[in-house]
This record gives sequence, C-alpha cells and structure tokens, in this order.
Amino acid sequence: MNRNQRSAKADQQSLSIAVVGSGGAGAITTGTLLLEAAAKQGCYGILTRTVGPQIRGGEAAALVRVGNAAIDCVGDGFDILLAMDWNNVDRLVAEIPLRADSLIIADPEQGKVPEAILTSGARICELPIGELAKSVSKGRPNMISLGILAELLDLQSSAVNAVLEKQLSKKGEAALQSSMETVQAGRDAASGLGKYPLPVGDAAGGKRWLITGNHASAYGALRAGIRFVAAYPITPATEVLEWLSSGLAKTGGRLVQAEDELASINMVIGASFGGIPSLTATSGPGLSLMIESLGLAVASEIPLVVIDVMRVGPSTGIATKAEQSDLNIAVYGFHGDAPHLVVAPNSVADCVSTTQWAVHLAEAMQVPIIVLTDQYLGQTKSIIDRPSKVDYKAERLTTGIPTGGYARYAITDSGVSPMAIPGTPGGQYTADGLEHSVKGTPSTKAEDHEQQMNKRQQKISNFNYGDHWADVEGTGSLAVLTWGSTTGAIREALRKLKQAGVDDIRLLSLRLITPAQPEKFTAAMTGVERVLIVEQNHSAQLWHFLRAHYELPKDAEVYNRAGPLLFRPGEIIEKIKQWRSA
Amino acid sequence: MSMTAETVNKPTPADYRSGIKPIWCPGCGDYSVLLEITKALATLELRSEEVAIISGIGCSSRIPAYSSCYGFHGVHGRALPVATGLKVARPDLTVIATGGDGDGFSIGGNHFLHACRRNVNITYIVMDNQVYGMTKGQASPTTDPDWDSVLTPGGTGIRAFQPLVIALASGANFVARGFAGDPAGTTNMIIEGIRHPGFSFIQILSPCATFRPDQREWRNMVREAPVPFTNDPSRAANRIMTDDGFNIGILYRGDRPPYETGRKGTPRDIDTIAEEFSV
Repeated sequence: MNRNQRSAKADQQSLSIAVVGSGGAGAITTGTLLLEAAAKQGCYGILTRTVGPQIRGGEAAALVRVGNAAIDCVGDGFDILLAMDWNNVDRLVAEIPLRADSLIIADPEQGKVPEAILTSGARICELPIGELAKSVSKGRPNMISLGILAELLDLQSSAVNAVLEKQLSKKGEAALQSSMETVQAGRDAASGLGKYPLPVGDAAGGKRWLITGNHASAYGALRAGIRFVAAYPITPATEVLEWLSSGLAKTGGRLVQAEDELASINMVIGASFGGIPSLTATSGPGLSLMIESLGLAVASEIPLVVIDVMRVGPSTGIATKAEQSDLNIAVYGFHGDAPHLVVAPNSVADCVSTTQWAVHLAEAMQVPIIVLTDQYLGQTKSIIDRPSKVDYKAERLTTGIPTGGYARYAITDSGVSPMAIPGTPGGQYTADGLEHSVKGTPSTKAEDHEQQMNKRQQKISNFNYGDHWADVEGTGSLAVLTWGSTTGAIREALRKLKQAGVDDIRLLSLRLITPAQPEKFTAAMTGVERVLIVEQNHSAQLWHFLRAHYELPKDAEVYNRAGPLLFRPGEIIEKIKQWRSA
Repeated sequence: MSMTAETVNKPTPADYRSGIKPIWCPGCGDYSVLLEITKALATLELRSEEVAIISGIGCSSRIPAYSSCYGFHGVHGRALPVATGLKVARPDLTVIATGGDGDGFSIGGNHFLHACRRNVNITYIVMDNQVYGMTKGQASPTTDPDWDSVLTPGGTGIRAFQPLVIALASGANFVARGFAGDPAGTTNMIIEGIRHPGFSFIQILSPCATFRPDQREWRNMVREAPVPFTNDPSRAANRIMTDDGFNIGILYRGDRPPYETGRKGTPRDIDTIAEEFSV
C-alpha cells in the first residue's frame, strides 16, 4: 500500500524504520547514514539508539523516524522493520510496535521470524542480506541494509553517496567503492518490494543541523561562555563532556577528567570561585554524589551548571534508557534550605537555548543550576532547524577594586552582591559553607542566618525570568501540563487532535521548574477548568510538585508511567480522548 | 589586613593574617602552622590577593579564614578538588590546600591519590594529629591501631595510613614531613613546596593538646632526617617506610612535569565550531 495515500490527509507526514542487529553488526551505522541521507533530501527526522548495556554483541536497534516537518518524539508504530539478525530481539519488541500493514525484511539464514514479531501480522519479506553482502568484495550486511532501505524510501543515490563519502573518507577509495557497490546490491534486491517514499520537506538550504541533545547542551554552554568543565564519564551524559573537551580546546577553555563526581563538582566550584564560568554533566548516580557540594555552592554563592541527563533509576537502574525521575532529587535533594534553580529543555533543539539560558541564570544570580535533560533528548540524533541566536551570556556581578571594607555577602536590593575574583586586591574573603556574616566570617548567630537565608532566597525569587519559564501553546478550557522530553509526544498529539477539529486544549510545558512562578502560571492558565498532567516517572513527581507550588483546578488528573518506554503521540491522543469524555 | 600596591614593601607575616581569632584550643599545633604559612608567604613576597588557601572540614581546615588571602572553606574531604579546579582555571594564582588527617586521608582519600597522580602545581599541607578533634576524639586514618576511644574501644585494630609513601607511590612531586614546633624548618619546607613545580605534599605533625595530650612528647621525638632529600622515589620510599615517623625535613623532590594548566589552542569563533552540525 502506498503510505502517502494512507496519510494524505495529514499535513505532516512521517515514516518510521527500525534497523536491528546484534551490537557490532552495524545497525546503528545503517540508521545514521539513512538519517543523514534523508536530511540531505530535505527531511527532518530523529534517530534513537536502543542498545543493551553490552559494548558489543548485545541487542542494538536504530529507530529512525523521518518526515517533512520537525520531529520531537518517537512515532506510533513502525512502517518498516529490517532485521540483520534476530539475536536478543525479544528485548526490543516493546520498543518497536508493528502494525498489520508494516513491512518486515529479514534474512532467512538468521532463522525464523520470532513469534513476538509475527503476532503483528505484518508482511514478511525475506532477503538474503548476509549472502548478498558476500557477493561484493568486503561487502557488509549493514550496507546491503542501507541499499534496501534506500530503494524502498526512494532515497537519491547522490544523497546516499554523499553520506558514504563523509563516513568513509578516512578509510580510502577502495572501502568507499565497496560500500557503494554493496548499497547498490541492496537496492537491486529490494526493487519490486513496493515503495515507502520519504515524506520530503522543504530543501534545507544549509539551515538545518543534525545534532544530539547532548551536543546541543554542550554547544549552548559553550555559546554562553562556559570555559571550565570537570568531567566524570557516565551513561548517558558522556557525550556532553566529550564534545566540550574539544569545544573548550577551540575556545581557550579547559577540561579536567576527575576521579569521581565528588571531585568533578568541587573542581567546578573551585574554577568558578576563580571567576571562570564552569559546568559539569552527569546522570542520576552522579547527581546523587554531587548533592552535598551543590549545597556548598548555594551557601558560598558560587555560580555553576550541572546538566543531569536523566536515566532510569533508582540506583544503576537502566543506564541506557530515559526516565523523568530526577525531578525530586534536583528540587528537593539538598539538605537544609538551599534555594537554587532547576530548568528543563523540552526538545533537542531547546537543549541549546535552555542550557545557554541556564549558564546566564547561574552567573547572574551566583547560584547553582541543574539542567534536567534525559537519555532520549541527550542521545537522539535529530535534524533540527538551525537554532536562532539568543543573547544569554555568562555575566557575573563582580567588584572592581573595593575601597574600604569589602563585604562579599553584602545585603543588596536584588540579593546579588558583587563578587571579588581572586587576584582583585582588597577583595580577599573566604567563601564558606558555614553560615556567615555579610563579610563571610563564620557565624552561628540567628540574625546572620536569617539575613543570609533571605538574601539567597530573594535573589532567585526577585529575578525576572521573562517568557522562557514555560512554553504555553493554544487556548481552551482544557490544559495538558508537562515538562522535558514528554512535551514532544504531547505537541504532536495536540497538533493531530487540532487537525481533527479538537482545539480546546492548551499545552503548558514547564521549563523553569524551580523557583516556581505562580503568577505567570495563573495568568497562563486563565480560563482553564481541567488539567491533565503527563510525565514519565512512577511516582508522579511533577504532579506532586505542581500541587505543592501552584493553584491547580480541582479537576486535575495525572497520566504518568515509569520509563523506559517513551510516550507516543497515539497513546496520548487515546488518553486525551478518554479524559475529555470522562 | 590586606596589602595594597602602595603598602607593599617587604611584607611581614602579619600582613597575611585576617583579624579573625582562631577557634583552636590553647596549645594546638595549628597556631604554629598558621604562623609558618604566613612566614613562608612573606618570605616569598607573594601578594595576598594572588594566593588562595583552600580547605575542607576539621580544626585545621579553619585556616583560610585566618589568612588575608582568598580562601575557600568547603565541605569535608574535598579541598583538593576545589584547589585543582581553581589552579587549572586560574594558573596565575598560588594555590595552597590545607587540612587535617581525617579530611585528607579518610573522607578525601581518593582525591589525595589522584591529586598526587595529576601533579597540578599546588601545595598540600596536612596538619596531622592522628585524631578527629572537631568531633571530639575519634581515631583517624593515621591513628595507631591500639589507641582507645569511645567509638572504637581498645583501638581500631587496623593499620595506620602511611601518607608520605602513598603520596610517593601516587606520583607527588615533592614530599616533606615537618613538625609544627619547628618553625624554621617547617617554614622552609612550605617555601620550597610552593616553589617546587607540581603537586607538593607536606605532612606536618601538629599535636592535639586536648585529645592527644601524649603528643606533647613529639617535641622530644622528632629529629632532622639524617640524610638530605633524594630525587629517587624508591629510595625515598624505602627511607620513609623504615623510619619511625619522626624524621623531619624535605624527603623527596621529583622532576615530573606538572599538569598542563596553560590554555590550549587559539580561540575560534563559536559559529565556526557550530558548522560541524550543519547538514
């Protein structure tokens, strides 16, 4: 069946393709090249990698979704599943929903199609992928796979060749020729299987990027002025650190690999105390280790940024998969009263500007900020419109050479006091996690504690966060409230509902988690009678947070689920229909 | 009392003191170490605004606030990472980390190993009194196994930590042992430690008058190391492992190149860097 006919009514079309194979078979490479070639033809799209914990030999799948408009979530089902083998595929089945009209391409040499896949009733087409690869000198099954998909999707040879040239530039002409021949063999084998034409958008004209959320966050940080990073590797945050290693080298900054997260957060504190905008990135287990020292940054008023790329918890959890379950620790994890900031980007593209904003906020208020992304945002390769330039910069209020006695923690209208950077004569002070007087001298006096607590709270309460605190879209008496990566599936669901004539639902995606913005929230929710809160964690952390800090309508329902299965637009549509009719 | 450009002539140790009165008990060795640090800074004629003293938690970790330099009094055990971050980000500053044996070798033990390995050009001064003083008398990593306390009646029964040889094995570039009651010798080793490139580790025996009154005897037990320092780490290790813990002096000077703190590369335009994302 021609897919374009099936979805001709929708303005925005997409196609989902899963490529599976044992880790090391090259499924991810096939998916990546497919996405890059589609990008060259004007498509938007995403590639989510789903892998087991093994470095090689475990299950791996490249889940590609391409379309004619920006894509911010996984699709409802897959149009094509191409399996180079079936090893461990049962562990992936739940992530690759198939329909009766889906196409499965499998290599008969790799054994029977597993029962769990057969139940979909999808059409099965057997092609000897491994054998075809052997027919070409140094041919690889993943290049046969790329050829098969290129043929089915009507990918132009020029686009495929261009990405092959880029991928294989270092491997020499012979490797490139071999790959091109292998791709052609795949194309030949797939002719006659039918067509699943790419939903092609406007030509990119050099205005689009192919980027992961982790690289987007790293780039946003660099753009804002981060010049020191302390790094301890952790899945799924490592790419933030790796990209910054080279990014900082190109901008005169420095990165240190730390011995653990206790060290990385304290190195960041030391560097920032020295006047250099500083950052680290981690995931849940690392954030847990950093929490004590984040409290130190609050007390000593040291600006810094921690990016937490959330994964499934608790403990080691599922390190390679996404969950929105670190909201509580980010907001409430600190001991004592510790006013600080938490923000959350809600798309891959938003990782750039929100991280840039986070650096700006931290520096402006001399406060630690946690940026909550997740494995989906962090590791999904996404074709996005080139992010517009925003002005957020690291700008810290510092002293000139003080005349008279310098008081580091002087009480000011804004709550922010000029910071003396080491090297400034007359500005010497000791930054301290002990409660202190305005001069920084340790103090156990109640009046000093109250004064400094007020100061630390006031500076973040009084700050003008502008419109960036949330994305508010649409009007109507119903509202869906959400945050982070879940926003993508809801946006798509609401767009589809609108096309079907349902236009009384607004979306509020909270970007500034804390401090809460009750006045802005109330204004944004004027006229809303019912709310549905959607989030990806087991204990409805956002719902509890909203109940604590905001006036919600009485009629508030929460739809939450633990990771790692991401929300899909169709599921949200079903939920909203059920909610509306309740 | 901070120095300004006009008043700099020959600084005195007093120029490096803040007006804050230490919380230490009478007879605490840390008073002497504070004096020795300020003497060293005065001798080196370092400007107090270009020196940062970084510490964690414990009696001796209070030192930063008693100096007129920039200071950081952080959380327990993390002085070395803070000092490392500061020095790497701001190589122009003189960075000194200070603290006690519990802070440095127990809760901060991992950072100690890696700071020695990393060899950033900082000086780490540990005032070792073999006891947790601020929490009122528990065994620390350097306490002898049979020292009795409420928390560990009859002693911990576990071997005392050997910081100097661990420092050597981990790659520290300068290793010395001092005694708080030896002002001239200790001041000199702090001066030499600051001057020496890379990570300089100075263990200063600093008696706790309150919980370890037995340490009053230390003044009769310490002696100048019978031989001068060596550049050979295995020889230094052998000497340290076979002495009784009371040989004082500079014991080892290495020539490992310090951690590179200079900025790399020529700054490039951010927009140019972003071109790698373009499709």
